[in-house]
Amino acid sequence: MTTNVARTARRNRWAIPGLVLALVAVPFLLGTFEVSLATTALIFAVFAMSLDLLVGYTGLVSLGHAAFFGFGGYVAAYTAIHLTGNLVVVLPVVAGATAVLAVVLGFLALRTSGIYFLMLTLAFGQMLFGLAVKWTPVTGGSDGLAGVPAPFVGIGPLSYVFAGRVRFYYLVVVAVLALGWFLVRVVRSPFGHALVGIKDNEERLASLGYDTWRYKMAAYVIAGVVAGLVGALFVFFNRHAAPENLFWVVSGEVLLMVIIGGAGTMYGPALGAVGVRLFESYVSSYTDRWQTLLGLLFVAFVLFAPGGIVGVVRRWRNRGRAPG
Amino acid sequence: MDQLLPQLVNGLVLGLLLFLIAAGFSLIFGLMDVINLAHGSFLLFGGYVGLSVIRATGNFWLAAAVVPLVTGAVGLLIEVTVLRRTYTRGHLIQVLLTLGLALIAADLMRWNWGAYVESVDAPAALAGLVDFGGVFQVPLYRLAIIGFGLVMAGALWVVLERTRLGAVVRAGVLDREMVAALGIDIDKVVAGVFALGTALAGLSGLLAAPVTSLYPGLDFDFLILALVVVVVGGMGSLKGAFWGALLVGMADVLGKAYFPEFSLFAIFLIMAIVLLVRPQGLFGTREAT
Repeated sequence: MTTNVARTARRNRWAIPGLVLALVAVPFLLGTFEVSLATTALIFAVFAMSLDLLVGYTGLVSLGHAAFFGFGGYVAAYTAIHLTGNLVVVLPVVAGATAVLAVVLGFLALRTSGIYFLMLTLAFGQMLFGLAVKWTPVTGGSDGLAGVPAPFVGIGPLSYVFAGRVRFYYLVVVAVLALGWFLVRVVRSPFGHALVGIKDNEERLASLGYDTWRYKMAAYVIAGVVAGLVGALFVFFNRHAAPENLFWVVSGEVLLMVIIGGAGTMYGPALGAVGVRLFESYVSSYTDRWQTLLGLLFVAFVLFAPGGIVGVVRRWRNRGRAPG
Repeated sequence: MDQLLPQLVNGLVLGLLLFLIAAGFSLIFGLMDVINLAHGSFLLFGGYVGLSVIRATGNFWLAAAVVPLVTGAVGLLIEVTVLRRTYTRGHLIQVLLTLGLALIAADLMRWNWGAYVESVDAPAALAGLVDFGGVFQVPLYRLAIIGFGLVMAGALWVVLERTRLGAVVRAGVLDREMVAALGIDIDKVVAGVFALGTALAGLSGLLAAPVTSLYPGLDFDFLILALVVVVVGGMGSLKGAFWGALLVGMADVLGKAYFPEFSLFAIFLIMAIVLLVRPQGLFGTREAT
């Protein structure tokens, strides 16, 4: 799997510069609506990649990943409203808070695996959603936290405010490239190989002397922190932290992005996320039944293409060759 | 203290409603290894179908007869047409399939029945309050739910433990291939249990409606409680579903009464303790893996 990725990376040596160039060019070529769409698509691309670290590499299928996305957003909104919108402060606070949450939830959820893990993560996510809706003095209840100020860096007259769609888009591009690069490094590292080993055969890795529990916990915390950071970006984009960001539908949607793109490839889920967001934006102008379509997509992919788009492409590319 | 007794009764009411939901959910898991994430959707669907029947005829009892037939039939249809195709393809595929179905169901129900909270009146025969020696009063309808829940628990226990059909189901929970090898058409048993579980879920949606009202989101509110019940009680065990449901129902009601903002924390705490001390659940036999 990983050697495949490495080979693809060598083959596509222009892929990364091309991607950067394309991302930088978006505001020059397209209108504000498309820039906003690209912003959320990029945020969800990294959100899906962080879930892929769990689903595709570690074999932990979480149906509560929106918990970190939404929680990170609330922490960012609360910090920005009550303390400062300086990203040098906000982002470490978000990372620290989501790491603590991931350790607490992981400590319980990682006592199980398989569908039990899926059930627990779903339950934890919905509990956080319930807390966000009910703890009105802190979370703003079902209205959420509105009036989140624009994020900035620097001090006083030397500060740079990410106001306006285009400036914020470039902030997201930088963050997304950095976090995406980080996740790819993680899965290609010895640590990442150990995670794949856990997914394939946890007992074998344990018998080789790996403390698999620590590896799974580390993966869970990394995935949670990255999801929390892009959740913070999403809240700064909307200038509003909404309880819906924690809802199970979001967890289901991001899981669908991973499945559609192809779990265990990193770039597949990123493509899946961009595809789903573009499709959603396109479809929403014609019908209110987006969620039904999302569910139908889910059923269709699960029944007919469980390997996702990447799997379909790979099978097509490998047609006629001997299996293995 | 005058608040505590009525809250305990309410805890019992929620607990027995949860039992009706979790029993089907847990049996379906035990027999089919399917986590049905659309179980809460059947519940809300049952509530809404009942609402429509009551609006058309004004008859709660007719609704109570129609609802389990409708939700059970829809459940059977889904089992036969979609779910059955996934049994050989692993847990994850099945769970994701039911997740897709839950997404579709939630959206279509919001479309058809609207996004507002719809209240349902208790049947006239069960309206009114029962006075407990002037100390506190409880709506008769809630007492009826407690009675019905206990009767259903007894009936399910008798069917599962004292009949041949129950023996087949229990054997299927333990080893499905072996049951099939003995010449029993396990596919029919599985389909029957799925239809029964979804019928029970639909009926409990209607029974819950006068207490909780119906609204989009009720499906997953109850699904999460059912998940917690089976995690606490142990998967595939009727006894576990019963005691888990009572425990979670009590915790939820008391939590809501005394710490309204952190009501879910009480449930979280129970689940956390069970996971730390006994990961397979109070009455579970299998490892939670």
